[in-house]
Amino acid sequence: MAQGIKDKVAILGMGCSKFGERWDASPADLMVEAFEECLADAGIEREVIEAAWFGAGIDAFHVGASAMPMAIALRLNYIPVTKVENMCATGTEAFRGAVYAVASGACDIALALGVEKLKDTGYGGLPQRSRGVENDMYWPNLSAPGAFAQLATGYRARHRVNKRDLKRAMAHVSVKSHANGAKNPKAHLRREITEQQAMEAPFVAEPIGLYDCCGVSDGSACAIVTTPEIARSLGKDHLVAVKALQLAVSNGTESSHESWDGSYLKTTRIAARRAYDEAGVRKPTEEISMTEVHDCFSITELVTMEDLQLAGEGEAVTAVLDGEFDAEGKLPCQIDGGLKCFGHPIGASGLRMIYENYLQLQGRAGARQLTNPKLGLNHNLGGFPHQNICSISMIGHM
Amino acid sequence: MSRGITGFGAYIPQGRLQRSEIAGANAWFDASLKGLGRGERSMCNWDEDVITMGVEAAGDCLAGFDGHAPPALYFASTTFPFLDRQNSVVLLEALNLPRQTLAVDVGASQRAGTSSLLALLRGAGDGMVVASEHRRAKAGSRGEMLWGDAAAAVTTGGGSVIAEFLGGQSLAADFVDHYRGGEFDYDWEERWIRDEGYLKIIPEVVAGLLANCKVGAADIAHFILPTEQARAPGAVAKQLGIAPGAIVDNQTATVGVAGAAQPLLLLAAALESAKPGELILLTGFGQGCDALLFRVTDAIGGFRPARGVSGALAARREERNYAKFLAFNDLVERDTGKRGETDRQTYLSGYNRRRDLVTSFLGGKCRECGTVQIPREKYCVNPECHALDSQDPHPFADKRGEVLTWTADRLTFDPSPPAYFGMVRFDGGGKLMMDFTEVDEGGIESGSRISMHFRVRQYDPQRGFRKYFWKAKILREPAPAG
Repeated sequence: MAQGIKDKVAILGMGCSKFGERWDASPADLMVEAFEECLADAGIEREVIEAAWFGAGIDAFHVGASAMPMAIALRLNYIPVTKVENMCATGTEAFRGAVYAVASGACDIALALGVEKLKDTGYGGLPQRSRGVENDMYWPNLSAPGAFAQLATGYRARHRVNKRDLKRAMAHVSVKSHANGAKNPKAHLRREITEQQAMEAPFVAEPIGLYDCCGVSDGSACAIVTTPEIARSLGKDHLVAVKALQLAVSNGTESSHESWDGSYLKTTRIAARRAYDEAGVRKPTEEISMTEVHDCFSITELVTMEDLQLAGEGEAVTAVLDGEFDAEGKLPCQIDGGLKCFGHPIGASGLRMIYENYLQLQGRAGARQLTNPKLGLNHNLGGFPHQNICSISMIGHM
Repeated sequence: MSRGITGFGAYIPQGRLQRSEIAGANAWFDASLKGLGRGERSMCNWDEDVITMGVEAAGDCLAGFDGHAPPALYFASTTFPFLDRQNSVVLLEALNLPRQTLAVDVGASQRAGTSSLLALLRGAGDGMVVASEHRRAKAGSRGEMLWGDAAAAVTTGGGSVIAEFLGGQSLAADFVDHYRGGEFDYDWEERWIRDEGYLKIIPEVVAGLLANCKVGAADIAHFILPTEQARAPGAVAKQLGIAPGAIVDNQTATVGVAGAAQPLLLLAAALESAKPGELILLTGFGQGCDALLFRVTDAIGGFRPARGVSGALAARREERNYAKFLAFNDLVERDTGKRGETDRQTYLSGYNRRRDLVTSFLGGKCRECGTVQIPREKYCVNPECHALDSQDPHPFADKRGEVLTWTADRLTFDPSPPAYFGMVRFDGGGKLMMDFTEVDEGGIESGSRISMHFRVRQYDPQRGFRKYFWKAKILREPAPAG
């Protein structure tokens, strides 16, 4: 019987580049920036890294195919490097590869790195791209905000929320993240906004307005993982260990079967249940200290609060407006600014979330440090509400 | 056994460009356009063309029958999207007609529709003619003013005909009133066309036909002469002795003249109001003349198209944006933004694998659990089933349903932003994320009722190809009870 990943792997070090419109930085520059911080934090030389996992989401446009861009950029020592891509869950997927390698005993020290260079397109938003030979024949030409706007109409229909109330709650989600991001020197967007600004911004994809969308950023984040024993032997204490690592991938039920009504993320619900089991969490709202969730759009964060069982079904609007997920709330969400303001370089985002929770757990989060956090949850969502990949990782003290 | 017309249907695009807008934009150059600046003309939406209009008109006609599959399909137009890819076969597959159907493209003449009809009625008699036209005219031209986009369909056969075919006559004459050797039409003086063309060629053919059929001109109840010349039908009728009241209006005030589709569109309009016993004289003019004579039968009361010409006329949306018309007709080079620059290659081998979905809009129905689904994949989508290769093809084109989720996307590239799309749920099962077309701002909500329509999905100007798929349109009907 599988035992799960809990407490089998510790984080030895982490690094994260500054996110933003890094016009002068190449993907390699971003990778090196994160990697140098990570090596220093881990206190090791690159030669002791035995295997690596490399995540880039839209690589054909930016980094290029295969694991070589990372092996070359970091001058890795001809070790096995695996390229992973799972849309916006790519960063967590790289982390999962490295963690599982250590847990299996195949290697002692492994590296996971995610990077994305999104600002070489010449226009705002994610690059317009093919969805595949057959999908391109009949899929709508949907943008990311267009896809996630569906969630708002689905949620509204299911819970009979009026347009304005939902939009206000969405605005609150963004106002909160902007306030958090303003305190984070590595964040892409560091300006506070008002609820009125968020409410009145023009629609990108109704009802998603400009301030309901996350930043489209360049950036990289990475982690070096090992066993708790080795971490201790290298002089580390206050270890941060992996408590859960789960992934749920749509199988077409949401998009083609009537059992899904478009008002929630089925994958998140499944992955959350598995992650809580793996981590031994019975009362999520009491045991989890903070969350970094996939707030690609404000509506995604709002609905995710219910899917993670952090708000009752149909109660997220009230919970959000009551400030439960604000920095001073019961269960702070996106204390680093989230995708919304820290930014969203696709392949790096999962690792960026882990990075923030890792800093928080070690008391190194500076102006945004929370009081005595014990367990952090990270959630990624790749794709669209009707077919997606959800990854959830949880880290905490040993 | 008598032979004749068994059914008819029509389609006119919803968009109706106000002629005053064309005149207002162009009278600085040609002041005579002011005199034509009344009424409106139909205009294809960016995602409509000859094939999509043909599918609509044929569907309108076939809705009047129960599972009727004509053994021959003639498709008439001078503006087919493909010069060599049989347009009638795309039409046939979109209509989900049997593959054994004889499919024929007829073009290069304003008589394409009438000649097809004559060929069918003189031959085996059982079939369908679909005529569809979407002519591009130079900006500020009289053609731009006076033409419209439309399609019509007529089924023929024996037995219970609604209009008996009494006879037909044809005459070939290379009278070049206009021609299209390049992108646009080039024409000669109207008065010459009237005097030497209409008034000489048409009477000769019609007089011969009436004599053969032993019918007097004064007995004609509906006289169809497709033309954008307002006075020509009256002049020809007068010369032949046809009553002025018999002239079928060319609908220039409401639709505009729809080229090769015009004769059948007017025939459909005439049949909609015709009474048993009435005579219909249909002519088509272009490098000669076709004339066909019909007598309406008692069966006329038993046939109703889904919408007909009157329904299509009523389903209109006023368009006052002339710039949009120019853009939709590729008469101005518009900036699409960088998102419009992406490659839109169609991988033809991939298309061939998905033709049943993309063109015929076939999903699947599981033999094991009965779940209706689209697209049809190898395993059934029902989580309780997942049977392998268990689905029979199941048609979705005629289904109705409702909007589950939707948005108006202003970020993605769309030739007419915002792009409306969303998840729809079909009555009887099945669900699909798909595009919407013809959405009015504020006119869509979760629960809105929808119908399915074959439309252009994407143009690939680099390769001269276009992709089609089905889109959802909002219906003005309440949800079904229960």
